[in-house]
Order: sequence, then structure tokens, then C-alpha cells
Amino acid sequence: MSADRAPDHPPARPGASRGSRFEETGAAPIVQLRDVVKHYRTRGRGTVHAMDGVSLDIPAGSTLGLVGESGCGKSTTARLLVQLERPTSGSIVVDGIDVTRASAAQRRRLRRTIQMVFQDPYASLDPRVRVGEAIAEVLAVHRLASGSRRRERVVELLEMVGLPASSATRYPHELSGGQRQRIGIARALAVQPKVLVLDEAVSALDVSVRAEVMNLLARLRRDLGLTYLFISHDLGMVRHISDRIAVMYLGQIVEVGPWRPVSDDPAHPYTVALQSAVPVADPAVEAERTQVTVSGEVPDAANPPAGCRFHPRCPLAEEQCAAREPALLPMPGGGPAGGAHLLSCHVVQREQRGATELLARAGEGSER
Amino acid sequence: MSAAASLDPATGVPPLQVTDLTAAVDGADGPVTIVRGLSFSVAAGETVGIVGESGSGKSFTALSIAGLLPDNARVTGGSVRVAGRDTVTMTESARRRVRGAEIGMVYQDPMTSLNPMMRIGSQVAEALTAHGWSAAEARARTLEVLGEVGLPSPALLARLYPHQLSGGMRQRVLIAIALAPRPAVLVADEPTTALDVTIQQQILALVARLRDEYGLAIVWITHDLGVVARIADRVLVMYAGRIVEQATTAQLFARPTHPYSAGLVASIPPMRGADRGDLPQIGGVAASVTALPPGCPFAPRCPQRRPHCTEEEPGLIARGAAQTAPDVSLAACWVPPEDWT
Repeated sequence: MSADRAPDHPPARPGASRGSRFEETGAAPIVQLRDVVKHYRTRGRGTVHAMDGVSLDIPAGSTLGLVGESGCGKSTTARLLVQLERPTSGSIVVDGIDVTRASAAQRRRLRRTIQMVFQDPYASLDPRVRVGEAIAEVLAVHRLASGSRRRERVVELLEMVGLPASSATRYPHELSGGQRQRIGIARALAVQPKVLVLDEAVSALDVSVRAEVMNLLARLRRDLGLTYLFISHDLGMVRHISDRIAVMYLGQIVEVGPWRPVSDDPAHPYTVALQSAVPVADPAVEAERTQVTVSGEVPDAANPPAGCRFHPRCPLAEEQCAAREPALLPMPGGGPAGGAHLLSCHVVQREQRGATELLARAGEGSER
Repeated sequence: MSAAASLDPATGVPPLQVTDLTAAVDGADGPVTIVRGLSFSVAAGETVGIVGESGSGKSFTALSIAGLLPDNARVTGGSVRVAGRDTVTMTESARRRVRGAEIGMVYQDPMTSLNPMMRIGSQVAEALTAHGWSAAEARARTLEVLGEVGLPSPALLARLYPHQLSGGMRQRVLIAIALAPRPAVLVADEPTTALDVTIQQQILALVARLRDEYGLAIVWITHDLGVVARIADRVLVMYAGRIVEQATTAQLFARPTHPYSAGLVASIPPMRGADRGDLPQIGGVAASVTALPPGCPFAPRCPQRRPHCTEEEPGLIARGAAQTAPDVSLAACWVPPEDWT
């Protein structure tokens, strides 16, 4: 969205006043994003709209799944949360501290409150450093333990992620992909964070190893009372672990709600397309479902389409979609258990029906 | 393992028939066998999926079939028959003619497989002139095949450079290059893994259409069981350099007959239902071809292990409900599924 167009359409963006509506689960949000904008000025390509007015709440102890394709802004969201970058505008509050206005001392505290686990554990580990030292290093940097206490803590952390104490003396190349990802998780846990940002943390793993790491994440969340932002392009994994799911497209949230409706009965046409595109490891499901194929590719984030950003590819698009940007509004007749279900689509709001039903009625989406 | 060929529903010579294929790579302590005796065939118009995890030998299998192994690796036994002719024993120059002309190959990364300095049209045409097409024929076929893979305005597009295309369009160009000489066999090694899912969906639909239109025999290598469920007619599951299960796609998912395939299928979270308990785990670490355990390589991780399993490696045995072609499942496992605990 462009800020100059907002006044014409007051509800175009969920403002801070609407924050309370995001969650009805009782728990206060430990992570709160309000109208977060992140633009990158580039040479030649113009301004890339990585995030354009993103508002999200993550209640303490819960998991928010964030899905979307490349360039949708999901990784930018992660980077802003862990202070690798600063937003262009908007506010990000983590555990009561506004990231954008934090003092140096608050920033240090934040780095212990929220930690990130990356996709490629190999790239984030120094090949010349034994993994025990790699974990000890985190403890040293944050002055959390020294001497024999530090060694004990390293062993504790290894065991916490299901590795034997003996693995401390191994080098990264001596470990399997799954073991390296466990080291990545142990390093993140070393500072005893409250929130973990998992950016495609299981995407590079083999199928059988992925199940193990997913189970480990579920156990750690339970045992340590952690809050997760689980970012993935894999709707199956997101469905498996999330309490709520947010779907991003070209820098904006297009749908957010409880995991079951967003995953199994999506209301936004893009979520329907995404869900339909993901091949399911079940030939019976594959055979019976209607495939909604969206045409074309994600447009350049430096030049997002006017109106609804999905309209050029949307099987439900009509004239108004190119003209006016839809607001993120509650699902008509929605509000089931598990919190509000919001989406931004003119057609769904008018028809009072989710896109899954609208597309099924229309026969099927456009081909090619 | 002649049972593999009996699965072929086609009569006559299949476009691709692989028999007892073994392939090795030079290691620090001598050659290491990566592919250990693979047999299967692919009929015209059929898609055979090869699934396996890292180190299973699936990509090495693809390179062996396509005759594209790196210099430090070679086929050490068996045959790869393309339209009946063995490409393993033929001379290098004859193999070069078959490669491309009769077997096309598509890889994972569309960025690195295209020449950034060359126009798209020239890269497609080059694949044709290398196989004896005249410049004029190549030019006409280039425009035709760019259209066949669903690229808009072929004449315009042929003048562009790779960086001017999106990832999805680049992958279409690679498919066009592979299919330009009208090969009978297409070997695809994870060609959609690097793509976004909506683009992957477009490419999978495109390949299925081309398969049906031209009767292509397709070998599709992937780690993604969802992709296999969507496009493959039959599936080969690889573990430690061998096929451990060979089944129709429907049978593999409904009634896996090897404990490893059963473990893989079970470890994927379902896309339906409210149950979200722990995912079943296989446990243990994948066997390495450099240090194979005695007997069945899966035995150390296998929940169905019997004493005999660590003594002798099983060959493929007919299993499952349908014990005759074409729906028979073959599993390299001593323990039939009905005896599983």
C-alpha cells in the first residue's frame, strides 16, 4: 500500500486500535507488529516494498505460522524481529520493548528474549569450530556462564536437543543435516529466549529427519513454554505446528486466523491457490481435489500492482480489485473458536463466502 | 531382478530399460559404489518417480542414465537401454548422440544451467545443431518448442537473455532445451525444488501435458513425496544405493511394503483432520554407501528387523495385495507386511 492512498480508504490497514481483535485467546501478545513497513531503496530497481503495513500478534506460548512464496516478506519479518534490520516505519514490540525505540541495554535484553534459527545450519556454523565451542561461544558473548558451569551448560543444551554430550567435540562436517540443525537450535536456546523465530528451519532437511526436528520443536515449546514464529513455504509443516496461520503475499498479510480454517478451508483466493499448489503425499487426496492453478508469477515487489496485489493472478478478480486495495477485515460470519479470522478480499466480503466455496462454485480456476 | 521389466505395461521395447546398473565414484581409498544394481523400465507415456533421501544414490542414478556422470565416476556394470540400444557399452561419440537426442535431462537449478551470455533462442538451437539439425530446422523447432512449454511470444522471447526471465520461465526454457530434439525419454532431477509452489504446480502440469501429448517416458527424481503422489504412475524408493521398494503410486501410499517406505510415508504430517500428535519417526541415521552394515542396509533402523536381516541382504520380492503385474509391489525386505508388528 502507499501511505498517500490510505486516507481515501480508512479501513485499509488494521491500525493499533484493532489489535485487540486479533486474539481472543486471553494470553497477551509477546510479539506485536503494528503497521510495519520495510522498503529497500535499490539502485536500478527502485524501491522494493518488502513489507507494506504488516500487523501481527503472537500470544505468549503460542505458535504463529507464516506462509508465502519468495518475495512475500516473510523472511524480512523475521529479520526485523531479531533486529538484523530496522523497519522503515511502524512498531515492533517484543516482550514489552519497542524494538524501534529500544535503548542499548534494552537491545541486549531483546537479543536474549528472541532468537532465530536459520534454514541452513551448515552456513551458520563455522566449519573450524567444534560444535561444543560454538555453543559455549554464545554463552560467553552473553556472559551467561563461565568455566565449568559453561561446560555443564553446553552438555545440558546438547541433551535438550537430543544430542549426546560426546557430540561437543565434533566438527560441523562430522554431523548430519539433522544434527547440525539441532546444534542451531541449541545455540538459539543457549540464552534462554522466550521467542524463537524459525525461518525455514526444517525445509532443507530430509523427510525422515524433518519429522524428528518437528517433534523436537513441539517438545521444546511444551517444556520451555516457548513462543514460535514458524516461517515456511511448506503448508503441511505450518499446518502441523501452528496455532494460528498468517499468509503473506507481496509484503502484506492477506489472511490470518486459526490454523484449521486457514489451512483446510481457506477464505482468501491466494491461500486457496497456495494450498491447491502444494502437492499432498496422498494420491487419493491429489486425485479428488480441484486444482486451482494461478497464472503468471509473483510480480516485482518494486512495482506491486495497484488495488489488491493479487488481482492480476486471481481467479476471482473483478474490476474493483484493480482499483481499490482491500482492507484486512474479519471473515463474514467468522470468529470461531481460536481467535479472529481476518482476510483482505473484496469479493469474499461482498459474497459473504470464503474463496474455497466461491471457487468450487465457479467450477474451477483459470487454466495456465 | 528381471521382475522389474515384467511391471512394464507396454509391449515391445520400452523407451528406457535399466538392468543391474551399478555406478561408482573415486574416493580417497579407491572407488565407492554409489548405485548398487538397479533394474527398472519406463514405458512410453509413463512417469516413474525415484524418491530417496540424501545419499540414497538417486541423483547419481539420474546422471548414470543420462550419461552425464562426472569424470571421477563411471558406470561399472549393467546396462541402460534406450529404445533397445545399450548406452553403457557404446562408444563415447555414439553416447553423445543419444544423450540429448534420445534422452533429455532437466536439473534443479535453472540459474546455473543456462549460459548467461547467450540468448535463449541460441541456447535452444545449439541443442539441436549439436545433433545434426540444420540451422534453419533448428530455428523453426526452437520457436515451436518454446511455444510448447507455454512461453509467450516465442519469437520475442528467443532474443532475450536468461537474466531477463523469471525463475519459472527459465525452468521452462530448460525443459524446452531438453525436449527440442524430441527425445523419447526425459530424466528430471528435482527440477521444481527451487521453485515457488504455485510455479512448481505450473511446471508439473506442463510436464504431464507434454508427457501425454508426446508419449514421453519420464524419470522424475525427487525427495518430495507430494510431488510423486501428484505426477508419478510408479515409484522407486531408493535407500543406500538400491531400490528397496517398487510400486504403483497408489499402492506405495496406501500399502507400503518396505518398512523404510512405510516410515517415510508415515512421517509426513497429514493435510486433513484435527490430529496433530508427534510425527512417527524412523530413527537412527541413514546408512552410508561407504560403510554398509552387514545384511539389509536398513536393518539397524528397522522396526521389523528379524535376526536373519543382519546376515543377508534381501533382493526384491513380490509383496502386497496384488502379487501379479501390473499392480504388484516389490520390496527388498525379508519380512512380508502381513507379519509386521
